[in-house]
Amino acid sequence: MSKTRALTGNEAAAQAMRQIDPDVVPAYPITPQTELMQIFSSFVNNGQVKTEMILVESEHSAMSAAVGASAAGARVMTATSANGLALMWEIVYIAASTRLPIVMAVVNRALSAPINIHCDHSDTMGARDSGWIQLYGENSQEVYDNVVQAVRIAEHPDIQLPVMTTHDGFIISHTMERVDTLDDEEVQKFVGTRKANFPLLDTAHPVTYGPLDLQDYYFEHKMQQAEAMKKAREVILEVGAEYGKLSGRSYGLFDEYLTDDAEYVVVALGSGAGTAKAAADELRERGEKVGVLKLRVFRPFPAEALAAVLGRAKAVAVMDRSEGFSGIGGPVFQEVRSALYGKSQVPVSGYVYGLGGRDLRIDQVQHVFHDLKQGTIYDEVPCHLGVRE
Amino acid sequence: MASEKIPGWKEIPAGGVIAEAGNAIHYKTGDWRSERPVLDKETCINCLQCWVFCPDGSIMVRDEQMTGFDYDHCKGCGICAHTCPVKAIEMIPEDDAGSIATDEWGVRQGKKEEADKQ
Repeated sequence: MSKTRALTGNEAAAQAMRQIDPDVVPAYPITPQTELMQIFSSFVNNGQVKTEMILVESEHSAMSAAVGASAAGARVMTATSANGLALMWEIVYIAASTRLPIVMAVVNRALSAPINIHCDHSDTMGARDSGWIQLYGENSQEVYDNVVQAVRIAEHPDIQLPVMTTHDGFIISHTMERVDTLDDEEVQKFVGTRKANFPLLDTAHPVTYGPLDLQDYYFEHKMQQAEAMKKAREVILEVGAEYGKLSGRSYGLFDEYLTDDAEYVVVALGSGAGTAKAAADELRERGEKVGVLKLRVFRPFPAEALAAVLGRAKAVAVMDRSEGFSGIGGPVFQEVRSALYGKSQVPVSGYVYGLGGRDLRIDQVQHVFHDLKQGTIYDEVPCHLGVRE
Repeated sequence: MASEKIPGWKEIPAGGVIAEAGNAIHYKTGDWRSERPVLDKETCINCLQCWVFCPDGSIMVRDEQMTGFDYDHCKGCGICAHTCPVKAIEMIPEDDAGSIATDEWGVRQGKKEEADKQ
């Protein structure tokens, strides 16, 4: 039995965490994640969860405590944003490489400097090579659904990798929307109990975590990680389908919006995808064949499936909410173009937008569609959409 | 060690976990030594200063007698030779190890002077 509520993105993530009732949550506050953990801490205080909440002195410590607790065999969750994720950096990699299925909600915020508390994706896009699975959420509903599914994806016996769910700071985190939630028992049944491979608390079977791993074995451990990440594509689809049966909302690697007959497709992730859909709706009313492909899973990157859809279009634009500073386009642009290489001649155009929380307007996305139609393609240097000259 | 097959990525526990307790015994840490100690038992007075100072527990002792070196774990630091009050321990380059007659524990066979003449 689902229940319809009005929730902000942060409330949706906190409610999902309450229903999951993780064993351990180490956390340190940072805007715009602070509210998420403040709400969850009230559940701890009120005895609504059995969670051991550890208030630490920094995000580096938060992720370190998460690693320790997860190695002990606990189900561990945490949350952060921007500079907090940056301070975790060293341990973010260790969590993935040690194959600990920690789930972390990252509330997207621009990295300093200059200091800015609003949304862009520079934080999680920077972590794209850390070995974490990444699920991007468009709205509060997806935040809730992704957090619940993330536990199952992370803890799948073939995967054993941490998962980052993301939602756009303030735009989603502090905006109230309609969200359908499951019953507590349904979520409990869906996530089940964690079966850890080598729990440190199993003192009858002592093991060593984090030993020195040099030229003779390190490479093999990276190979295992790469294989698990590759396999995660199937598992994300399996979990998404099972979740669909339970909730009525199925999830894939990406969402196709009006793409079937679309000549021009905009690729976006996060809340920007919602704006792009609104832009596509208006253009469709005028008879334009336009669509939106919303990426949900950025790691692992769904290259093959994505290329099959985008290859049908006449031109594709990719929207990046982080710069990347490669000089040749944002991270999403580069991956999409790489996915199409050798499979399709479709021109791919790169746009960087919304840095530091600047609004993405519907008319701007319509302008992007217009560029595609006119044959204006930014494939060498991205167009910085909405920046002042 | 070199002849043993090293397991591939499908055969080892994920995440770098060592799932077997106490298996450090299989790990030979002395394979990168550039010099090795050898013992002249005729000169040795079994004071066991070498045993006290060896940082790696690689001095072999039985019945209060110095009996040689554990080459599987000796790193060749030379502290034993430096510490020895009667200069019974000599550091020799690994490359020359084959030209000096010792038992497997590094104890010289025959008189030191005679051995050096060979």
